[in-house]
This record gives sequence, structure tokens and C-alpha cells, in this order.
Amino acid sequence: MRERERDAEQGDARNRTSLLKKMEISVAEAEKRTGKNAVNMQETYTVYLIETRPVDAASEGTNPVPDSLWRRYSEFEQLRNYLLVTYPFLVVPPLPEKRAEFVWHKLSADNMDPDFVERRRVGLENFLLRVASHPDLSTDKIFYSFLTEENGWKETVFETGFQAKADSRLKALNATFRVKNPDKRFAEMKHYGDELQSVISQLLRVRARAADRLYGVYKVHGNYGRVFSEWSAIEKEMGDGLQSAGHHMDAYAASVDDILEEEEHYADQLKEYLFYADALRAVCRKHELTQYELEMAAQDLTSKKQQREELATGTIRTFSLKGMTSKLFGQETPEQREAKLKMLETQIEEGEELVKERNGECEEFVKSAWVDIERFKEQKDHDLREALISYAIMQISMCKKGIQVWNNAKECFSKM
Amino acid sequence: EFSVDGLSRVLMHILYFTSSASMINQYKFEEEEEDADTKDIFVTVDNPESHVTAIETYITYRVETKTTRSEFDSSEFEVRRRYQDFLWLKGRLEEAHPTLIVHPLPEKFVMKGMVERFNEDFIETRRSALHKFLNKIAEHPIFSSSEDFKIFLTAGSGELTSHKKQGPGFLSRMGETVKAVAAAVRGVRSRPQEFTDMQEYVEAFSQKISSIDKVTQRIVREQKEYLEELKECGPTYALWSQSEEELAEPLKNVAGCVDKCCKETDEQVKHLNDHLIPVLHEYVLCADTLKAVLRRRDNIQADFEAKTEALATKKADRDAMRDELDKTEDRLEWANNALKSDWTRWQKGMRTDLRSAFIDTAERNVSYYEKCLAVWESFLQSQRTDAEGNGNVDFS
Repeated sequence: MRERERDAEQGDARNRTSLLKKMEISVAEAEKRTGKNAVNMQETYTVYLIETRPVDAASEGTNPVPDSLWRRYSEFEQLRNYLLVTYPFLVVPPLPEKRAEFVWHKLSADNMDPDFVERRRVGLENFLLRVASHPDLSTDKIFYSFLTEENGWKETVFETGFQAKADSRLKALNATFRVKNPDKRFAEMKHYGDELQSVISQLLRVRARAADRLYGVYKVHGNYGRVFSEWSAIEKEMGDGLQSAGHHMDAYAASVDDILEEEEHYADQLKEYLFYADALRAVCRKHELTQYELEMAAQDLTSKKQQREELATGTIRTFSLKGMTSKLFGQETPEQREAKLKMLETQIEEGEELVKERNGECEEFVKSAWVDIERFKEQKDHDLREALISYAIMQISMCKKGIQVWNNAKECFSKM
Repeated sequence: EFSVDGLSRVLMHILYFTSSASMINQYKFEEEEEDADTKDIFVTVDNPESHVTAIETYITYRVETKTTRSEFDSSEFEVRRRYQDFLWLKGRLEEAHPTLIVHPLPEKFVMKGMVERFNEDFIETRRSALHKFLNKIAEHPIFSSSEDFKIFLTAGSGELTSHKKQGPGFLSRMGETVKAVAAAVRGVRSRPQEFTDMQEYVEAFSQKISSIDKVTQRIVREQKEYLEELKECGPTYALWSQSEEELAEPLKNVAGCVDKCCKETDEQVKHLNDHLIPVLHEYVLCADTLKAVLRRRDNIQADFEAKTEALATKKADRDAMRDELDKTEDRLEWANNALKSDWTRWQKGMRTDLRSAFIDTAERNVSYYEKCLAVWESFLQSQRTDAEGNGNVDFS
């Protein structure tokens, strides 16, 4: 039943799914708090207000007070880690960055800076909306209680024991190196994830440097304002024209602040997909791991079957220490051989069960993951295209402002 | 109240007569119409050429003159001149008219940045400045009638060299310099208020125009650095497009747009460099010229004051000294009047030049933004038509 529902919803990836149909979610505010941390030291941190409101109430026009609770960034991290472990076959939406990176000179890299906090608030809200609109993630109970249960959530999520289920990095890395037959599509996706991450990082770096320079260009024009004003004081006929032109130069210099603030929003959209690339690669790595474990189990089974054959026919094709010792110290008794054969049979039976199980897991994983990857691809194409369009709109707005200022300045100069 | 042109016409008459005190009393200050459109001499400086000799390498420029003035033997002239020749002409004009304002020449040496004298940009900047210099001379009511100016425009190189050798000898020039230094040391006792006002204005103007020059140069620097960074954006979008399928087209499009904007930025910077900066630079040099002119006027006044004192105290040679004093008094009156009328003329010219340079810059900036606007609007348009085809993008 659920599978059919899911298939229907996948027809339009951006359709609101069950949770968002029922409730409105927002991260409305951010506040500074001080308190004692785990080692009993004073620390300052920021908390974010999550507001939820049932959808039908808003549409009725009654507008009741929303339910709300405060959460720290670290709790968001915990939620995400839980989702990553619990749904390794899904591309889990990323959190906004922990520390400000790709900053251009005027932008603060300080986590306490109000602009950073504000952008983080928006990013956290975006994260919640992404999860709430995901066909599978939105139904998760831990996610629901994150939004609705202020106290005891930490204990609840701890009780799921998700930390223990997490794959060790070493295990994952090992699988990546040794897997023999990963699904080609996943290998390509992983490669794509690498490329996406690399190119978006580069773009963010270049953009930040260009923003820095653009800021300089605009701000230096402010000096014209000052000097024109001083100069107008010693001139008679030219004075008025110079003075008013100077004001326009000041306006021009000031306009860059808004321009770059808007561009920062664009950068945040790129950053989301920079981090999404990581989530995509995580899914591919998980595939490699499941595939590797299947291959290991299959390999083990083959080797056991071979051992049985050797034992049954008395030929030794594979080298084994036991074989060598028995050659040196004499053959085993028929009873010993019988016992060994029986043990091997059991192991082979278990092994076949394991291979069947792992094969099923692998197939299931590939199927579910690929569905989500397709969903992700569509979402990514749509979102990034919108981002590029909004970038163009920003540039147009910047040009229009420039045209206006310089036309005004020209008029003033004409009166010189 | 006398018009600039009225006075300058009168002064022109003086040139053709030996100056004497009585002549000055015959000034008639008439209100005359400005006939700005009857320009009767056109001078062009172009075609730089490099010359290599055993001793040196230098550049000459072609100076072409077209004129209907009767004092010229022909209506068209073409000569070649080097920077030294321009320098000579400027010196002659300043010597003959110490309190008139000669438009500055481009600097002899380039201090900062590119040191190569024969760099293409440097030559072009210099050529343009020399062209302006000669045209300013040609427009000036007094300078344009100068015999030295005429010879500069028309003489062959041999003729020019021999003409240069005439003129006050080294010793007499030395004498003038000594006098000037002595006068400068003495200082002026009672400078008329209007010249003090002028000096204050020149000080302030010099500061302001230098500031504007520096600000503009800084803008050029910042724009160039911005351009350097922007140049990397386009290729990055293009690189990204190679990993994408649906997004490849819009990404390539954006890359193209960014590259086009780079080109526009490059041209805008070039325009600033080639048009606004030279004009600002000229007026920075003008400020120095004005300071020198005011100094020279002060020296003449100081000389007069010294001679007045001397007459009061000395007993012998009183007649000769009184004669000398009268001549000096005439000289001072001449100098003051010349400066006053040329000052008004200069201010008008400055206002015109700077106003049109700023207007030109503003227009160019508007044009820059208009071109970039068009680039991004065509991108939006292309995405709209695409979207209408796919039916899945919201433009609201």
C-alpha cells in the first residue's frame, strides 16, 4: 500500500507530502543563550525557535498561536545523523554550514554575527521543509517529535540506538577500495558528486573574491562624493552641480551593500547543493558497502563449497594448513572427515541463507536508492535553474540601479 | 565691466606696437560679441614616428595646420615636431607673457608604472595631450598670434633650429632668473585682495583636482582587480556545465553572459583610462601653472615695490630711476590686467572641459550598465522560452 502511494507521489517530486499537508513549519527566531555545558563551563550559544501550526487552522482564517519550541544547532545535527543512519538509501537534505566559509572580506566569519545567525536560521528552516516534503523522511516519528516535543527528545533519539548502527569510516573506506562489481549507475553518481562538489567550491571561492573587489569599486566612488562636496565650496557656477552629483556618488557607493546581501542568498543556494553532493556520495558509498558485504558473503560461500568438494573427493586443490599438516602427519580418520563434512554442510547452508539475505538487501537498497536519486536529480535541476534565474534577476536589478544613478549624476554634471 | 574678448582684442593690438605707458592709456574697452563659431585655424597632432640616430632615439609627431588667417603664407602646413620643440614653444610663450596661463604639456618623464618611453599607450597619451596643448594655444586670443607659434606650425626643421637660437641669450635669461629669485625672496608688501583670493582658490582647487585624479586612478585599479576575478567565473560555470545534463544549457548560457560582462567591464575601464584620467591630469598640471603665474605676478609687484623704495631713498640717478620705475609700473599694470582677463578665460575653459569630461564618463557608465542589462535579459528570455516548452518553471 505504501509502495503504491510512494509511486503516485513520485510523479511530481515537488508535491507536498503528508506532513506538510497537515502542518506549517517555520524557524521563526534566533536567540542567544548562556548556560553551563557538559564540562560545567559557561558558554554562549544560539537557539532557534521552531514553530508549527496545523494547516487547516490557518486556512480557516482563525490564525491561532503556533506551537513552538527552541532547539540548538547541535540538536539539528543529531536529528540529521539519526536520519542518515536510519535511511542510508536516501539523499538526506543537508544542514546549513557549521562555520562560515567562502566569506569575502566584509562578511563576518564569526558564528555570533547577526547576519550569519540570520542566514543560518533561514538554512535551518529550509532543512526542515526539505525533510517534511520528502516522501519517506516526512513520516519519520523522531522527526515529528523533534518538531513537537521540547523535552525528552534527546533521550528518545538516543534510545533508538542509531549511533551503534552507524558504519565506521574504516569499514566504508575498506569497502570502497575492495568492492568488485558496484552498480555502474552508482559509480557514475559518485563521480558526479565529486565533480559537483569540486566545481561548486570553486565557484563559491571565485564569487567571493569577485564580490570583495566589487565592494571596493563601489566604495571608492564614495570618495568622489566627499571631494565633490569640498570642491563645490570654492566654486560659484559649478558648485550646485558638483554638490548634487556628489550625493549621487554617495548613493552609488552605498548601494553595493544591498547588492551583495542578495548575492549572499544566491551563494547559500549553491552551498546547499555543495552539501547535497556529500549526501549523494554517502548513498553511493553505502551501496558500495552493501555490495561489498554481498561479495564477501558470496566469496566465503564459494570457498566453503570448494572445501566440501575437496574433502568429498579427497583432492586438495586449495592450499590449507590443515591439508599440509595432514599430509605431514598422516591422513585423518574417516570419522574425522565425516565430522568435518557435516560442519561444512551446515556452514554452507548458513552461507547460502546469508548470501540470499545480503542479495535481497542489496537489491532492495539499489531499488530504493535509485528512486530517491532520480527524485533528487529532478529537484536539483529545478532548484539550480531557479537559482541561476534569480542570479540573472539580481544582475539586472544591479544594472538598473547603476543606470539610474549615473543618469542622475549626468544631469547634475550638466548643471555644472 | 569688460568682456574677455574685448580686452583680449585690445591686448592683441598692443602686441604689434612697442609697449609704452602712453599706449596703455589708449585702451578702449568695448563690449564685443563672442564669435565662437568663426574658428579660423585647425591644428592636428598625429602620426608618431620613431627616429634612431647614433646618439639617441626619439619620437616625432606630425603637426598639420589648416588656416584662413592672412598672416600665414599658405592655407595648409605639415611639419614634424618632437617633444623638445613643444617644450621650447611653451617656454617662449611663458617668457613673453609671464602672467598669462599656458595650458600644460604632458610630463617629460613617466614616474610610476611603465617606464618604457616608447610604449604604445604612452605615445598615444602623449600625442593626445600635445594635440590638446596646441589647440588650446590656437584658441587663445594672445598666444595664437604669437610669432613663435606661427614658426612652430610652419617652419621646416632647419628653419626652426636657427630661429630657436635667436631670442634672449643665456646671460640675459640668467639675469631674469636672478631678478626673479631676488623678488621672490623680498616678497610682496601689499598684494591686492583679488590676487590673494585667486591664490587661495588655486591652493584649494589644486588639492581637490589632485584628489579627484587619485580617486579616479584608484577606481581604475579596483575595476581591473574586479575584472581579474570575474574572468574566472565564466570558465567555472562552463566547467560545471560539462557534468550536467538538463542544467548544461543554462549553465553554458550563464558562462557566456559572464564572459560578455567581462568584455564590457574591460572596455569601460579603458574608456575611463583614455578619457577621464588624461583630462583630470591636465588640470592637476594646470593648478601648478596657475601657482607659477601668480608667483611671477607677485615678483613683478615685488620688483616695483623695491624700485619705489629705492627711489625714495637714493639721491643720485633720480631721473633714470624714475624712468625705470615708470616702466616697471606699466609692466605691473599690464601683468595684472592680463592675468585678470586670462583668469576668467581659464575658469570658463576649465568649467567646460571638466563638465564635458564628467558628462562623458557618466554616459559611458550608463552605456556599460545598459549593455550588461541586455545580456542578462536575453538569458532570462532564453530560459522563459525553454520553460514554456517544458511547462515547469514559475517566473512570478
